[in-house]
Amino acid sequence: MAALDAQSAELEVREGVDRETIETVNAMAGKYKYGWETEIETEYAPKGLSEDIVRLISEKNGEPQWMLDWRLAAYERWLKMEEPRWAMLNYPEIDYQDQYYYAKPKSMDVKPKSLDEVDPKLLATYAKLGIPLKEQALLAGVEAPEGERRVAVDAVFDSVSVGTTFKAELAKAGVIFCSISEAVREHPELVQKYLGSVVPQSDNFFATLNSAVFSDGSFVYIPPGTKCPMELSTYFRINAENTGQFERTLIIADKGAYVSYLEGCTAPKRDTNQLHAAVVEIVILEDAEVKYSTVQNWYPGDENGKGGIYNFVTKRADCRGDRAKVMWTQVETGSAITWKYPSCILRGNDSQGEFYSIAIANNAQQADTGTKMIHLGKRTKSRIVSKGISAGRAQNTYRGLVSMHPKATDSRNYTQCDSLLIGDKCGAHTVPYIEVKNNSSRVEHEATTSKVDDDQLFYCRSRGMDEEEAVALVVNGFCREVLQALPMEFAMEAQSLVAISLEGSVG
Amino acid sequence: MLNINNLHVKLEEEDKVILKGVNLNIGPGEVHAIMGPNGSGKSTLSYVLSGRDGYEVTDGSASLEGAELLEMEPEERAAAGLFLAFQYPVEIPGVGNMTFLRTALNAQRKARGEEELSAGDFLKLVREKAKTLKIDADMLKRPVNVGFSGGEKKRNEILQMAVLEPKMCILDETDSGLDVDAMKLVSDGVNALRDGKRSFLVITHYQRLLDHIKPDVVHIMAAGRIIKTGGPELALEVENNGYADLLAEVQ
Ligand SMILES: Nc1ncnc2c1ncn2[C@@H]1O[C@H](COP(=O)(O)OP(=O)(O)O)[C@@H](O)[C@H]1O
Ligand SMILES: [Mg+2]
Repeated sequence: MAALDAQSAELEVREGVDRETIETVNAMAGKYKYGWETEIETEYAPKGLSEDIVRLISEKNGEPQWMLDWRLAAYERWLKMEEPRWAMLNYPEIDYQDQYYYAKPKSMDVKPKSLDEVDPKLLATYAKLGIPLKEQALLAGVEAPEGERRVAVDAVFDSVSVGTTFKAELAKAGVIFCSISEAVREHPELVQKYLGSVVPQSDNFFATLNSAVFSDGSFVYIPPGTKCPMELSTYFRINAENTGQFERTLIIADKGAYVSYLEGCTAPKRDTNQLHAAVVEIVILEDAEVKYSTVQNWYPGDENGKGGIYNFVTKRADCRGDRAKVMWTQVETGSAITWKYPSCILRGNDSQGEFYSIAIANNAQQADTGTKMIHLGKRTKSRIVSKGISAGRAQNTYRGLVSMHPKATDSRNYTQCDSLLIGDKCGAHTVPYIEVKNNSSRVEHEATTSKVDDDQLFYCRSRGMDEEEAVALVVNGFCREVLQALPMEFAMEAQSLVAISLEGSVG
Repeated sequence: MLNINNLHVKLEEEDKVILKGVNLNIGPGEVHAIMGPNGSGKSTLSYVLSGRDGYEVTDGSASLEGAELLEMEPEERAAAGLFLAFQYPVEIPGVGNMTFLRTALNAQRKARGEEELSAGDFLKLVREKAKTLKIDADMLKRPVNVGFSGGEKKRNEILQMAVLEPKMCILDETDSGLDVDAMKLVSDGVNALRDGKRSFLVITHYQRLLDHIKPDVVHIMAAGRIIKTGGPELALEVENNGYADLLAEVQ
């Protein structure tokens, strides 16, 4: 009986996750929950982009000369670049001079020394978002389980980091967790060594733009042999109107280190589009492991495609040492436009990269997302599980590259790419690129496209579920493998998000 | 309990008429069986009663405890106490059997204004019901009907029925594809639910099942109509002589 009980206990946990979905769907009835705005006095840099703006951002962050020089070099380069248009995305010309590149709450003018000094309006904002900025709390929506898990949070509001929790406790373990602007000032040797080493300034139009104007973001350093004592997370909130957000995240896992990192993001509902162009760089040394999970919930625009975030993001992990491991898990439910390909460079021998993705596009949303697995080391392994869901008039593209270099002998990739269509006005596209330049490596690719099956919905309804519940259940089932790859805190949020994002997609 | 009156049904997409005036009255606690050749409309009847899309009711009515069934959404019919054990249970990949059941049960309870069952109480309930049907923990954990054998799928339907405790149970060829042991399990499961109030409509080809689940009334359906109604002896007659004689009799 003991074995059975153990199994049942596990069952109950998953059970709870699913309940949460259903309840949230019912309670929220399809509204974008985070569409409100914080009324707060905000200080802007003058509109548009110029060398002066780059200098101003650098000055606001109190940066040393080397950082300014780095930005200026990126800016010079960017001026000569062209916006990429190869993705299956349709959007009007972006006017880079018609927006703000820096916005910060006035109350952040003097950097608060501790969270207690932070403007109550900002604290209230995060409380309303369900992000705890107190040091004992967990992410919202989760009851503290036995042996409670804690999450340290770096809260970024428009262009600045409002505060970072658990810093002192993490420091005891030798872990550095702070805003990138603070890292530039306090840990220049690490930043100089690693910034731009994974995503070079010249990488692509949006990464170059980010290199010139990034304002804040998070910095993580885990020392050798250290398992980070808690999960780390960054929560990005866009509040100011007509302002781009350009955050930069740099994570370094030294030899044998481990960290699980979570990223969340939301924005108010607005009729105009807003640009978000982030860069995330992860450096993973010998025997180290990083898990990076994202629940991207930027405002997606309304049913007719008015408003929403344009999300152009470059995320890349470099498994620099032997046996280094990285796992990307992303749930992409928001944004009007998503252009995002979290990638793994498997440089070390026996290094491993995994990419689990759920991308949901409803109404007029467009997503072009996937990953790149670059196998350079021997016996490197990668795994891609992508679940694309399209509803309404949305277009959803998986775009992925698996590349086995000549020296990456005996390497393996497995790709599974499933698309689910809800209704008949949406589209799903799969664009896999595969390059194998040695004889001993193997690449497997499986792809399926299916429709939400009327028989499944009727079966659920004949058992008493209404149509929304039925769709939520079937879609969550479709995404199961990816949802299970998420940390518990995120799994729940993600499940309900899946359901909410599909609200109104049937009937 | 269930009253069907002059029910005419055609396919929505084609001009094909399937039910041509079905009349059926099942009282509380009664067990009725419908037998009939393939294609006579038995499954269609059960689908129309439970509210599946694709059919058009051109005439007639159906009610459950006096409430018009045909006006309701499928989930409302379920909450009102109607249950169909599917001839071909549907697979739902990635959704745990337990999750499915609990979502269904609580949806019904909520629709009826009852309190939802806690995880603990639900687990207790399912374990108890699963035990009598010899459904093990592994089967409860697996995704709904995915990779289930024919017999497992049918037992799973009966498990759902046992957990949801409907008032009116329709079993569509629940016996087909079952070996003798599985048939016994399924019938025991059904008989355990007979409490003098709950009613059953058992669709089957074989007398075999009716040896285990003793019907009060047997109907023969052919070409969209009930052509003969009798006692349990009618099932025996079919078993021995086939439908040919009965069909000829009607013509
Ligand atoms: N959705 C459908 N499309 C086409 N024909 C159908 C459909 N549903 C039922 N039929 C036809 O209606 C008749 C009755 O089918 P059914 O109700 O499944 O019979 P039974 O269950 O008695 O074997 C058959 O001729 C069948 O082919
Ligand atoms: Mg049938």
